[in-house]
Amino acid sequence: MNKNHRVPSSRSLSAVEVKSKFGAEFRRFSLDRSKPGRFDEFYGLLQHVHRIPNVEMLVCYADVHGDLLPINNDDNYHKAISTASPLLRLFLQRKEEADYTTFGTDSLTRKKNTVLSAVLLRPDTNRKKPPVIISLPKDFRPVSSIIDVDILPETHRRVRLYKHGQEKPLGFYIRDGSSVRVTPQGLEKVPGIFISRMVPGGLAESTGLLAVNDEVLEVNGIEVAGKSLDQVTDMMIANSHNLIITVKPANQRNNVVRSRGGAASGSSGRSSDSGASYYGYTSHSASGAAAPVPSHIIQNFPAGDLESDEDDEDLVIEAGGEAEPIRRAPSNYSMPSVPLYQPHLDLRTTSTLSVNANGTLPASGSSGSLNNALAASTTPSPDRAMQRRNLEEDGTVITL
Amino acid sequence: MKRLRRHGQESQRERIKQELFQFNKAMEHGFPHQPSALGYSASLQLLAIGTRSGAIKLYGAPGVEFMGLHEENAAVTQVHFLPHQAGLVTLLDDNSLHMWTLRAHKGQSELLEIGRFTLTGPPGASPSVTSVTAVLPHSSGELLLLGTEGGHVFIVEVPGFRELEERNISLDQVANSVPEDYIGRRNLEHVEALQENPVNPDQIVIGYGRGLMVIWDLEKLCATQHIPATQQLESVWWTDDGKYILSSHSDGSYCRWMVGGEDGNEEEEEEEKSDIPYGHFPCKAISKIVQLPTKEGPPFLLFSGGMPRASYGDRHCITVIHSKTHVALDFTSRIIDFFVIKDGPRSAGEPSALVVLVEEELVIIDLQTEGWPVIQTPYLVPLHSSAITCSHHVSAIPLKLWERVIAAGDLQNTHYSKKPWPITGGQNLASDPPQRDLLLTGHEDGTVRFWDASGVCLYPMYKLSTSAVFHTDTDPNDNMNQSTEGEWPPFRKVGCFDPYSDDPRLGIQKIHLCKYSGYLTVAGTAGQILVLELNDEAAEHTIEAKVVDLLQGQEGFRWKGHTRLDVREDPVLFPPGFQPLALVQCQPPAVVTALTLHSEWKLVAFGTSHGFAVYDYQQKNNILIKCTLNPSDQLAMEGPLSRVKSIKKSLRQSFRRIRRSRVSLRKHHVNNAAKLQDANARLEAELAEMELAPVQRKIEARSSDDSFTGLVRTLYFADTFLSDSSHNTPSLWAGTNGGCVFAYMLRLPSVEHRADEPITAQPAKEIQLMHRAPIVGIVVLDGHGAPLPEPLEVAHDLARSPDMHGSHHLLVISEEQFKVFTLPKVSAKMKLKLTAVDGSRVRRAGVAWFGSNRTEDYGESGLMVLTNQGDVHVVSLPGVKLQVHYNCIRREDVSGIASCVFTKHGQGFYLISPSEFERFSLSTRNLVEPHCLVEAPQYSAPSTQHRPHANKASSAQRNARHESEDAEVLQEIQKSLEADQMLFSENNVKSALA
Repeated sequence: MNKNHRVPSSRSLSAVEVKSKFGAEFRRFSLDRSKPGRFDEFYGLLQHVHRIPNVEMLVCYADVHGDLLPINNDDNYHKAISTASPLLRLFLQRKEEADYTTFGTDSLTRKKNTVLSAVLLRPDTNRKKPPVIISLPKDFRPVSSIIDVDILPETHRRVRLYKHGQEKPLGFYIRDGSSVRVTPQGLEKVPGIFISRMVPGGLAESTGLLAVNDEVLEVNGIEVAGKSLDQVTDMMIANSHNLIITVKPANQRNNVVRSRGGAASGSSGRSSDSGASYYGYTSHSASGAAAPVPSHIIQNFPAGDLESDEDDEDLVIEAGGEAEPIRRAPSNYSMPSVPLYQPHLDLRTTSTLSVNANGTLPASGSSGSLNNALAASTTPSPDRAMQRRNLEEDGTVITL
Repeated sequence: MKRLRRHGQESQRERIKQELFQFNKAMEHGFPHQPSALGYSASLQLLAIGTRSGAIKLYGAPGVEFMGLHEENAAVTQVHFLPHQAGLVTLLDDNSLHMWTLRAHKGQSELLEIGRFTLTGPPGASPSVTSVTAVLPHSSGELLLLGTEGGHVFIVEVPGFRELEERNISLDQVANSVPEDYIGRRNLEHVEALQENPVNPDQIVIGYGRGLMVIWDLEKLCATQHIPATQQLESVWWTDDGKYILSSHSDGSYCRWMVGGEDGNEEEEEEEKSDIPYGHFPCKAISKIVQLPTKEGPPFLLFSGGMPRASYGDRHCITVIHSKTHVALDFTSRIIDFFVIKDGPRSAGEPSALVVLVEEELVIIDLQTEGWPVIQTPYLVPLHSSAITCSHHVSAIPLKLWERVIAAGDLQNTHYSKKPWPITGGQNLASDPPQRDLLLTGHEDGTVRFWDASGVCLYPMYKLSTSAVFHTDTDPNDNMNQSTEGEWPPFRKVGCFDPYSDDPRLGIQKIHLCKYSGYLTVAGTAGQILVLELNDEAAEHTIEAKVVDLLQGQEGFRWKGHTRLDVREDPVLFPPGFQPLALVQCQPPAVVTALTLHSEWKLVAFGTSHGFAVYDYQQKNNILIKCTLNPSDQLAMEGPLSRVKSIKKSLRQSFRRIRRSRVSLRKHHVNNAAKLQDANARLEAELAEMELAPVQRKIEARSSDDSFTGLVRTLYFADTFLSDSSHNTPSLWAGTNGGCVFAYMLRLPSVEHRADEPITAQPAKEIQLMHRAPIVGIVVLDGHGAPLPEPLEVAHDLARSPDMHGSHHLLVISEEQFKVFTLPKVSAKMKLKLTAVDGSRVRRAGVAWFGSNRTEDYGESGLMVLTNQGDVHVVSLPGVKLQVHYNCIRREDVSGIASCVFTKHGQGFYLISPSEFERFSLSTRNLVEPHCLVEAPQYSAPSTQHRPHANKASSAQRNARHESEDAEVLQEIQKSLEADQMLFSENNVKSALA
């Protein structure tokens, strides 16, 4: 994904003609293409021209392909302005009434009658297909992420599952097993812990990052080698609110291939597409002569960072009083209850393979990102998400 | 700079830790699991027991104990002391022989293995040729005679195990000289027995399995006499005067043979007397026979087995016949072996005591007192005479209570012999224990046993039975101990091992004793809670039960478990000791899972899987009932599945029937067990080869919908700041399986109105831990970070009163974390995550005081923690930092981990088998372990009257001689031991000073 800006057509003027529709009302005004301003200013302007100052609304526009796309941050706002040709058609909806089904349907032109009319004329109440509700990126809560890609061997994957506040079960099982490692003495069979089953609809399955027969190497930064199945089970349960598992995926074909030399880690950079690495290959030995990887896996976060505040939220009910969560630092309690990975993200944004909610990887006109989001993410209830979104915007990540 | 300083602090902390903490598995208490061999040295006055797991344990006078473990994981089949030496030889079932010695080192003896040996036959010979079946240490102390399955007798020199081939007695040599008319001469079979002539050390008798006995002269290397018994031989005994040989046989008969001069003298060979004591019908084998003379009158004849096969084949009996007295001692478990102790110097006097090792206990019978009473054992007491269900340790018992308990116990032990303990070998050098400690064990049959756990011997003090309060399943007429007059054989029940519980509901689950007031509370399987008071007089009470409905109107409930126990309505006469004061019964009658007593406030709190309650035992009413049950928790609602229960019950009943109907099942049982083990071993091997079918574990966060979240795990009374920081109030804290803590404020009337004004309890706080792990302990720490003292402790001037000015803290111990909260406003202050880091979960936690071994006045409170991995940790207070950890119990040993109790002074106990406690210590200052000296008997110099100084000197000399003679291996062993020893003796000196 890149910012492949379209050059504005020659006939475009410096002003962009805007036609905004809210309910049955239209407003027309113009904007300076070269100085579009920020999204919140634009949002205020819309509220002003429609005289709906206190209405939360969803702003959409029809792009050149006729797709109905949202405007909700500076990036997609700028994109919308820059691609308007010359008319920018806006559709405003009350947030609570918003219909998300029509985004990115690629059919605004083709099925103009049906889809557009569906938007223009209020959506029918007795629609046959139940609406699949997709939140806007800023409404998303993270459910999982791949982290520390830059420091882990390519054959490994460190996955973080955000269980907190979710109804959804973690939903996986582990078992004992053995893996084959390459040592100077030859192949050696060593005991290991493997994922044995995924619960359909569980958090683990829905992320798509874990699979049956993946070998579990670490739990929250602590190696599981030498630990019994029960110990690993207990460790995972004890960390279940913020579980970080390092696995060696059974299927090594979907590994992230980084550009060679780019990463500073000691990984051999060897393509993991090769069939040889499919079974019984671990970085411990296979990285070979060139760059021996230390036997312990480096981690990019100090152990202390794992101490998130989340489980300090024990609930205390005083006699006759209200329930309140216990907080360690009540004075500067600005961090959200969602565990953050702030230090790491600040240092190495590139290491996070994710769509960031504040738009470093913009959703500019690409239906792809939304489709991916549709496929990969499971949306939490919008209400809860809304309460939290301000807190999440700067740090948390959404996985593809 | 800063780093340097911190480093300095750390190293200083490390030093303090070394002064405070040290891990020792000091010793084992109780009766060895699965004993398999017994040995006795009359000269050393030591008893040796070998076990199926390869352990060898030596016992002398109370406090004199040694333990050794063979490296091979094989059963000890025979133990023989070497005459006139402090050494013994063991035979394992892998056919290896091991030489052990008691070596004095730095003033105390230790048991060391100094050699091992396996007979090697000629090349190509079948293994049976050298498979040892009989061992005879020759009275010279230099030879060991080994009879084998092949029928040969090998002679080896000891110590050193040098084979003396030229003196071996081969089967051929013997067979050639067997009279032609002996029917079994073609196959004499294995060597069953070897005995030395007590008056002529050159003569030995070799008993072959087929029945033939041959008297062999070791000097002349020839047979001097043949005794042609024709029944399968079981054992041989040479009488003390050397004139007769007794043989016992597999058909239940025994014969007495005159020992003659030369072979061929026909009359003298004849068996003088043959008898089948329990005759007529087929009898079982007499496995061992002993005859001992008395100065005046007839000899004692003792033999094991020989019971009529059909009617009493399942009994485990030893028959003692003396003059007109004939008793068949009837034991409750299989007889391993027995011997008789004789009085007097050199053990030449009268038989004084019969020592019998049966599978589950050691029984000693006084043969000199009328009626042959049992002598109470000071050690080796079967802890499991009824299965242990829980334990409770109380440190530093006030003398007053101690004496009263002993007095109550003495009244229970009147049937024991007054004779002193007859096994008196060795000297106990351990200093007197610094304090009186009591270990209480709860048992399946509803008894609570009080043990003196202060020193090396775990001595039984008193036994409390709670079953008298209830009607039980047992029929009063159904007494198994009934003895009918004129019964033949004349049985007499001996021993206390009785694993058959009358009613499983009687089982004791929780115990709490207040050592200052003498109040005891015990709680059982069927939701019964008894409060008992120590009374020195017998008294008759009617016990009224108070039923507490813990469900509090919770709907949709269906209890499928057992019913409540029926309380006796008529007055019951209670003997002196602990007598019931109050009885509470929970409804539903689920097992009591938490119990605590506050003797100052006269309150008892208890909990089950349904809720908890506080009972005022002065006013005899409930002051608080709280239901903690989650309405959707069906499992907890229904209780244990009744179908399983009933099967168990019916099984138990049928077992009892079987026992009564005198049909052998036990032997059968043993055989089956052995077969099963074999099959299991084979299966295991097969499984190991196959790829194991994987066991799966579900990974899921705990939720409020889990089962048994309402189960009450811990209850705690504390006088602390619950509502505001200026007024402390009595409070009750309860922790559940679902990670929830309830706190109640208790309002107690002033002392003068305590009897009539009501006590109230108000809910004050509820804390739901986010991680929802079960709560295993709650402790309130005072302003100094020290745990609050026990009730009445301050009143008795035994503890510093807690700091009530500084702010108190609440320590909540869950299975996963240790967490410190501030009080009265509950906010998290510190925590230690255990499970998230190493995957182990807290099973037991207890506050203990650790004194420094360097300076007398320094000590720290710490939290002792046992995890499900079997590790023990010490966690500092109030900082909750891990201090030290040691591996203590195998993680697979679930019952061991579950049985662990901590003391208040850094020690702990856990069951290593149903009948043995292992005692361990984490403290440098508090360590109980045997400390004793055994002197080798002075054989060559009969002047045995030595002064202690002379003794020491001679032992040193002996040491020197030994060391020069023995292999270098020894020196190595000693070197490695020396380091430990130094530490150990230093500690001892310090503890002695303390």
